[in-house]
Parts: sequence; structure tokens; C-alpha cells
Amino acid sequence: MDANVSFDPREDAYSKPLDQIDVSVPELYQNDVYQPYFERLRREDPVHYTADSHFGPYWSVTRYKDIMSVAINNQVFSSRWDLGGVRLEDQVQGYERPSFIQMDEPDHGERRKAVSPVVAPGNLARMEGLVRERTITVLDNLPRNETFDWVKDVSVELTSRMLATLFDWPIEDRHRLMFWSDVTVCHVDTPDAPVHSEAERYTELQKMATAMKALWDERAASNSPRYDLISMMAHADATRNMDFRELLANCSLLIVGGNDTTRNSMSGGVWGFSKYPEAYRKLRENPELVPSAISEIIRWHTPVLHLRRTALQDFELGGKTIRKGDKVAMWFVSGNRDEDAIRDPHELIVDRPRAREHISFGFGVHRCVGNRLAELQLRILWEEILKRDFEIEVMDKPKYLRSNIIHGIRELPVQIH
Amino acid sequence: MPEVTYIEFDGTPHRVEVPLGTSVMRGAVDNNVPGIDADCGGECACATCHVYVDAAWLDKVALPEPGSQEAAMLSFAAVAQPDSRLSCQITMREELAGLVVRMPEGQH
Repeated sequence: MDANVSFDPREDAYSKPLDQIDVSVPELYQNDVYQPYFERLRREDPVHYTADSHFGPYWSVTRYKDIMSVAINNQVFSSRWDLGGVRLEDQVQGYERPSFIQMDEPDHGERRKAVSPVVAPGNLARMEGLVRERTITVLDNLPRNETFDWVKDVSVELTSRMLATLFDWPIEDRHRLMFWSDVTVCHVDTPDAPVHSEAERYTELQKMATAMKALWDERAASNSPRYDLISMMAHADATRNMDFRELLANCSLLIVGGNDTTRNSMSGGVWGFSKYPEAYRKLRENPELVPSAISEIIRWHTPVLHLRRTALQDFELGGKTIRKGDKVAMWFVSGNRDEDAIRDPHELIVDRPRAREHISFGFGVHRCVGNRLAELQLRILWEEILKRDFEIEVMDKPKYLRSNIIHGIRELPVQIH
Repeated sequence: MPEVTYIEFDGTPHRVEVPLGTSVMRGAVDNNVPGIDADCGGECACATCHVYVDAAWLDKVALPEPGSQEAAMLSFAAVAQPDSRLSCQITMREELAGLVVRMPEGQH
């Protein structure tokens, strides 16, 4: 749509018949034009049905309060992979990935508890020094007054190292983890996607799982306790007997969850401050606002655009009847901009009251397990940026990922002054 | 107004007046008591207002019903114990005047 200079998303969003609005189109996010469509839905049709889309018929839940009520009602709204999973794009038969995010209770909880200690407060305190050391190294090596890509040189650099640490994976080989992360999240029909079919995706993820299984076997045999994700799963009762397919699914989930969302929030914050320079000025003058600014960046960027559920029974929501078997998308990217829940929602406000109450981590039993690790990494990044008093000039608009699930920033050219 | 004592993980106590009908979570957040994050704002939808109820108060502050939303959320909290509660689900009433709660190492 960049090529078509006359295209006005606001005009398009408000002129088409409501029932033609389809917010699952990945180009809306790639071209950064989605907000007017959600604004109209929140006002006129907050629980919205799209009968016909590339991903089949589905409901869109767009208001903060309604998203919350779907998220916490896991009795009615299922995450199960065998019902289609947690993305609008259904799991393809034969290539399903039974990771714990795509399970209901009690299966989900048992497996999640095997890995959650890795990112619990006690373990995070142990990681803080390492995260700071790496952040300092990365920031001190950035060029001055010369354009570079913030995504590649900062966001990917920092989060890929963290990911290697979480898996206790060879750090010099971390680019492979990032590749498998991109393989997991892509829509295979994207022209420059890393894989172009479900079969090809599965083949790559099998290579990943084979490498993980080798580490798993080695660590399962060891009695000395280790705190990486593979060791935790290899030793916990709920996960030690996982078959290869479940291992593949869970590793691919943890790879994406362990880097992609934080990576994009690291880039999203820089872009946000370039749009709201007053907010950055306030943060520089009041560095004690960093924790609140971090929550605000995570809200403002919203790294996961939607997660999907499948209704297990008929359910009334916002005056509409969702039928058993229907797909329901919780659009976090809309809930975080809901004018009824959040004041001046489009603005980045570093001292926003109740900044923690954003919806980016989801709510209910599936709430993001790594949220405190994400916050830790972002907090240290911004603390160290402020210590260096960087002025970050964004040289061009971000290039976004073609995706309706991950709010990915692929490139963000900047200069530091 | 009834008081609640919040004890941080490092032992620092905070005595705060909490109005009747207000949640113990809100009492902490509104008075800037550190150690309670309350990410969902009191919807029982996260587990980041997790506290341990002092033993002397356990008979007045009932434990969550098994199978309840609070029990489900608490089961995912870091370092949950038998005396764990989500403080957004404890509403201040006369008989809780003087309540003592302790904070975990971190909210997760």
C-alpha cells in the first residue's frame, strides 16, 4: 500500500460495510495501517464477525474488557491444538504442534510449571548481572553519527544471546535459534518468508528438535541440577517423557516466546520515543520512571497482535452469540488502544498511572510466563541507554513483518548522537 | 479506618489504612507499598498481587476455594504456599482490622 499514495486507511476503514472488515489480513500490520479498522470496530461492533477471510470465519474481540473476559474464561474458550490452536491460522493437519500454550488444563498447567522456574524472580535475580554486562558491551560498540539497523545490532543481538542462555545453547550458534524463531512465526505464503510450505517449516523444526534432543539426552543423564529450559523439561515429571513431536512443539514455542516479543519491544520503544520525543525527554530527566516506561512501551507496541481461542460451547459476548466451535481472536493490539479502558491510548506516556495494566501479556492461566524476564531485559537496556545519554534519531520508518500474530519490526535505521 | 501491615520480602513493614470495602491489593498500590504489582488491576486474572497471610489471620481470611479462578491463578504464582492469597480478592472488613500479610520474593 506504500506504493499507492492515495490509499487512506481511515477512509477505507470507515467507508466499507462493517461486515467487510477483516482485520486478519497480514498486510494491515506490514503496512502499519490497522488502527482505524480497530477504532471503528471498538465503537460500532466491538465483538465482530468476519464470515469470510483467508483464515476462515472468525470473531474479533476488540475491547479491553471483553478481551479480559475471554482470556480468563478458559472453561469456554479453548487453546487446544487439535481444535486449531492459538492463531487464527489453523494448525495444518499432520503438522500440528502440541506445545503447552496450545493445551487446556490440566495438561497446560503441568507442563508450564516445569519451565516457569527458569523465569521466576529468584532465577532472574541471578541473571541480572549477565544481562547488564551484555547490554553494556552491545551499546558501547555502536557507531556514532552513522546509520545502522537498531533491530539487527541491538534488539536481535541482545535477545539472541538471552535465548542461548535460556537453552544453554552454544552462544556462537545463536543465529540458528533466531532462524527457527522466524520459521515458527512466519506465514508461509509471505514472499520472503524463510520457508514456503508447512512441510518445509516442519522439516526445519525437526532439525531444531533433533539438535535439542541431543542436548536433552545429555542433560537428562546428568544429576547435577541445571537451570536451562531443556534440563528443566528433561527432569520434570510432567515433561520428561515427552515424545519428539511435543519436544519440537515446546522448543519452538519457547524459542519464540524467549526472544521475539522482547526483540520487537526493544525496537518498538525506540520508534515510540521518536514519535513522542517529549516522553523521551521526560524519561531522561526522570530515570526513576524506567519501570513504568517499560510497561508503557510494551503496551504501546503490543508485540503479540492477537491470540485465538475456540469456543467449546455457545456463549454470549457483547450482545452477540458465539457458537460452539467458532474461532475467536483476542486482539491485544486493539485492547491496548481502547479509549474506554486507557486514557489517551495512542500516546506514549512514560508516567502513565497504572501503566502495568496493559493487556500485552494476556490474562488468565495462559498469561505470558516470561513477562518478568522481558521486563528485566528492557529495563536494563533503557537504564544503560539513559546512562550514556544517547539521542537516538530514527532515520526512516520501521519495516514491519507481514504477520497477523507477531508485531515484528524487521528494520529500524537509526543514528546515535 | 482499619489498618493492614504489609511486610516486604526483606522484612520492611508498611502500616497502611485501608478503607472498608477496598481490596488489600488496592490498599498497597494506592499507598505505593512496594512488592505488589497487580498487573490486571484486580480482576483475578494474573497472580501478581500474591501475598502470604499471617498465621494469626488465617481463620478470618479464608483460603481460596479449590477449583476457583483464584486457586487456578495462584497455582501459577512463583513460590505459592498453603497460606497464599491474591490480595485483590481480600476485601477489607471490620474483623480484618490489623491484618498482617507478607510479600513473596517477587511477583510473577
